[in-house]
Amino acid sequence: MLANSPSAALARLFDEVGTVDCVGVEERVAKYTTRSIKKASKVKGLKLAVSMVDLTTLEGKDTPGKVASLCRKALRPHEDPGVPSVAAVCVYPAMVRHARKALGSDTAVRIASVATAFPSGQAPLKTRLAEVKAAVADGADEIDMVINRGAYLAGELAEVQDEIAAVSAARGDATLKVILEVSELETYDNIRAASFLAMRVIREGDFIKTSTGKTSLNATLGNNQVMLEAIRDFYLDTGVAIGMKPAGGIRTAKQSLQFLIAVKETLGDAWLTNERYRFGASALLNDLLRQIETQKTGAYQAPYYFSDAAESY
Amino acid sequence: MSRLPITKTPKPYVGGAFIRSESGRVFPVKDAAGNFFANIPQCTRKDLRNAVEAAAKAGPGWAKRTAYNRGQILYRLGEMLEARRAEMIDTLALFGATKSAAAKDVDVSTDRLIYYAGWSDKYEQVLGNVNPVAAPYFNFTVTEPMGVVGVLAPDSPALLGLVSLVAPVIVSGNTVVAHVSEKTPYPAILFGEMLATSDLPGGVVNLLSGFRKELLPTFATHTHLRAISATASADERKTLRLGAAESIKRVKFTDSDIDWFAATAQSPYAIRDTLEFKTTWHPIGA
Repeated sequence: MLANSPSAALARLFDEVGTVDCVGVEERVAKYTTRSIKKASKVKGLKLAVSMVDLTTLEGKDTPGKVASLCRKALRPHEDPGVPSVAAVCVYPAMVRHARKALGSDTAVRIASVATAFPSGQAPLKTRLAEVKAAVADGADEIDMVINRGAYLAGELAEVQDEIAAVSAARGDATLKVILEVSELETYDNIRAASFLAMRVIREGDFIKTSTGKTSLNATLGNNQVMLEAIRDFYLDTGVAIGMKPAGGIRTAKQSLQFLIAVKETLGDAWLTNERYRFGASALLNDLLRQIETQKTGAYQAPYYFSDAAESY
Repeated sequence: MSRLPITKTPKPYVGGAFIRSESGRVFPVKDAAGNFFANIPQCTRKDLRNAVEAAAKAGPGWAKRTAYNRGQILYRLGEMLEARRAEMIDTLALFGATKSAAAKDVDVSTDRLIYYAGWSDKYEQVLGNVNPVAAPYFNFTVTEPMGVVGVLAPDSPALLGLVSLVAPVIVSGNTVVAHVSEKTPYPAILFGEMLATSDLPGGVVNLLSGFRKELLPTFATHTHLRAISATASADERKTLRLGAAESIKRVKFTDSDIDWFAATAQSPYAIRDTLEFKTTWHPIGA
């Protein structure tokens, strides 16, 4: 291995931040799915999950009208006043001003926007930074950026980190979420190392995020666990608390409770708030509402009783 | 050297797979002679919920098939039953039917599947209509399947009772979640193996074994079930009606003491029981 080869650069980083026991992680997360959460604690967990949702629409066919109705749903997901509003809506930069118009300026629901040439990140840095600034200027409270996976895999770690720092400087007061796109990083070691690269240049209260939701493999309990442990180790080292956002592939209420169990058992109650933990999801919200209603009425609910489910079956 | 027999683990057919209960529970079933036969999964309301999800997932694809194709598949189900006729007769006999009664149960079940297979592309002509209206419109009434339908099958006849309730529901594009006989569940579990090999898409028919008393309230209240077709006692009928009223669900009861073998036990009107009607006004000349 040459000292300046990509693998040497990564190996040095692994030495520094530590590697991941793959089998240990898989065993650990398999246990999370065996916890039995029922009745009052289940309802509490479901409502907590609702309050952590970044209600997302990231499609080429998004329209101002669709974003406006998404915002209404974000504010008042269900007729039951006991159900909280969601944490944020997550839209493309061009939709930020429409979301701001729909939500108004005095609102608990934040606006997140995926800037930096989402989902590939393959645009010149200058363009990506301009996109971030434009989204913030249009009213985004939070910026979801993607890291440069190509540079990471080529061993250009300084470049990856410098770009995150540049975006961090450009986002002003907005909260930053750094998307690692775990499926393209391929190994747990890489996920942990990339988490550290990001955490070292972002601010307290910022997030690291698993994925764009645009690739085949998204948030799993495994890569969530690796990132939570990275956050824990970073916090114990530096005292800086970083948030976590799994995104993509979390569709059922049951899955979301399992993720919350992972948070509680890895980071503790301090992270069980939407200031430190989020779900990037669209279909999840309806399933959460459905399960809350099932708990309330005692009868299993049909999905078409909740908005967005277009199919009649 | 004597050979160890390989006994089959009976598992009901749900969502195109053979499942154990999520609860892990089973209950013992004895044959007519009183000998232990097997442990049968004791499905729970969560299994019912999962079965409804599977049925709902399979529904749009099944309803979108041509009526002709649904008929072909029901016919193929009849072929599968006919091919395993001897095995099914032996099974029914094991649980107390005489050989001739068992043969009759299987043969009439097969014929009933073929009967409804034949109706698949014909009931629309009988049940749909062009309505006379006193205005310049064509006025059509066409049928649509309701969605996921719950079936509660009688104990006897062990196979024909289930087939007679399921076949007219699925022929129009509905999907079914059925509770099979609690007393003799094994023939229905065997029938599930035929469903699996009949080109019927997974999830169109889902069979649950277990205790009726445990599952009945969930059948009644689950809002995703659009209709119930059942044989039921007076008490069970009350539970079903109350739960169905809460979720605006159609309920059709069949008396368990009807002559299941008679020609009167099959009819296109049994298909109508789980159909919705849609009437369209279309301007003449437009």
